[in-house]
Amino acid sequence: MRSLYISLTSEFYKSRKSLAFWAAIVLPLLICGLIAFGYFNASERILKAKLPPMALWGQYSSQALAVMGMLILPFYVIFMAFSVNNIEHKNDTWKTLFSLPLHKLSVYSAKLVYAMLLVFICLGLFLILTFAFGHLLHLLIPAYRFDLYDPLMLLSQYYLKLFLASMGILSFQFVLSLIWGDFLKPMGIGFVGTIAGIICANVHWKYAYLIPFSHPTLAMRLGSMRKSPDEGIDIMTREIWVSLAYMAVFFIAGYFVLSKRNIK
Amino acid sequence: MNLAIETRGLNHYFGQQHVVNDLSLQVPPGSIYGFLGPNGAGKTTTIKILLNLLQVPRDKVFIFGKDLTTHRIESLARLGSLVEQPAIYSHLTGRENMYNRCLLLGIRRERAEDMLQLVGLSDAARKKAGKYSLGMKQRLGIGLALLSDPELLLLDEPTNGLDPNGIIEIRNLLIKLATEHGKTILVSSHLLAEIERTATHVGIINKGRLLFQGTIGDLQQLSKPVVEIDTNPPSRALEILQEAGFAPQLTEQKLTIPYRSPEDHAEANRLLVAAGLAVYAIHPMRKDLEHLFLDITKNN
Ligand SMILES: Nc1ncnc2c1ncn2[C@@H]1O[C@H](COP(=O)(O)OP(=O)(O)OP(=O)(O)O)[C@@H](O)[C@H]1O
Ligand SMILES: [Mg+2]
Repeated sequence: MRSLYISLTSEFYKSRKSLAFWAAIVLPLLICGLIAFGYFNASERILKAKLPPMALWGQYSSQALAVMGMLILPFYVIFMAFSVNNIEHKNDTWKTLFSLPLHKLSVYSAKLVYAMLLVFICLGLFLILTFAFGHLLHLLIPAYRFDLYDPLMLLSQYYLKLFLASMGILSFQFVLSLIWGDFLKPMGIGFVGTIAGIICANVHWKYAYLIPFSHPTLAMRLGSMRKSPDEGIDIMTREIWVSLAYMAVFFIAGYFVLSKRNIK
Repeated sequence: MNLAIETRGLNHYFGQQHVVNDLSLQVPPGSIYGFLGPNGAGKTTTIKILLNLLQVPRDKVFIFGKDLTTHRIESLARLGSLVEQPAIYSHLTGRENMYNRCLLLGIRRERAEDMLQLVGLSDAARKKAGKYSLGMKQRLGIGLALLSDPELLLLDEPTNGLDPNGIIEIRNLLIKLATEHGKTILVSSHLLAEIERTATHVGIINKGRLLFQGTIGDLQQLSKPVVEIDTNPPSRALEILQEAGFAPQLTEQKLTIPYRSPEDHAEANRLLVAAGLAVYAIHPMRKDLEHLFLDITKNN
């Protein structure tokens, strides 16, 4: 446990000046900022629709959820999985990392946990910023009435679900980036996978739930909504279980690869 | 007493290639062990096995008497290493590289400053390590290896890329570490001259096989210096010197006699000149590594 904690702090120390780390913060700021700005500028047109507060929240927050869930999240996750491994490939530092008196399993899991943490922070920021900017909009343009409905529970559930749905992709890409030191192979496979995954999910292919890349899209379906919005959504749907199962399988597979592999 | 490093009939294959062949290293504690061999001999591979970066077979590799396969973490905690090019994070500064390692090893940060000082990088500590020169990277790598104050150091060609000053500094540092602090150091090189200046023990490896292992004294017994005599005709000179009991050798038109003393080869010169032969040059020579290999392989 101590070695895991040490490795994790070191992961943070190493990457705190890198794009991978800042992307987790800049990306939500940028996207939520842009959406809020749009709502600020186009307030007259939006207010004309006279949406009730709940529907307005729904429309507003789904902007971020939709771009994120559909496209950006998979690519972001692929990039994270790539970055945490690439920092060692690029600097040829695997050999030092594994000649330290730390358990191989800790060093390895710290990397995956760190990537998960970054995705979690990123999605958490999306949640917080969507919420905060909504209220800010209401302060600037009182007619918006963002104060009359509290979307926090529903939003948290969606983002949590999105997070869980991305675990399959993350662990799959993590293993690819662990094996291959180059940019093209894991990124290429990830890119093709993402497109294929989105298509499979959108054409409602029967087995789409088995493809990790389809999970975020599937998770965002409104179908999982319960009878009344107050009850929230079903988080642990079929694709989420599959995503977590992939996570477990790839985590073990990655460790197996690593412990059998000779470090060049 | 336990050996610092011991391998017993170690083998390693890369695919079909037998890279390490029945290798039995014995590195006594407190020694500077020069691990000598030409390019591709298997030095780096051996060092990687000692670090468990490559698969280690059971009951073959012992660090301070303990099987590396069952005491991996314990052994690595007593080890500092530099393998091939130093592994440093190019986007971090020299100091941050040190701090990161401090974090991983649970060491106070003051120690990092000491190490930067020691390897002469204090002034460049705030520069990105990626922008370091080859020698500076090497220095940082050595500093990182020393950070945990390990009992055993594995250094793979540590003076690679260093300037003459740097080479002397490292050489003195190694001697100091071994003599004053009782560290054991395994240092690989393909330069015999380099090893001769620091090592107390030597292992010579070629094509994965250990050809020689012993103290530096034992090695010097083997690499007896010779005196090369450039003369014409050499065959005639061979006869003259043979009669006078110099034990000369003629190989590839080069006449050599074993080195004994300057007076000795002055005497040889006098004999040849007296016999009317032209003597163009006389110079004592140390056998270089290649010839030493030939000698050692011949003797085995
Ligand atoms: N990762 C690898 N895969 C396949 N073969 C390898 C690998 N690493 C080394 N070899 C081979 O093993 C042999 C020994 O290599 P090694 O790096 O141990 O030599 P070395 O003694 O360190 O040489 P040098 O003085 O050039 O550093 C070489 O023939 C090399 O081609
Ligand atoms: Mg080498």
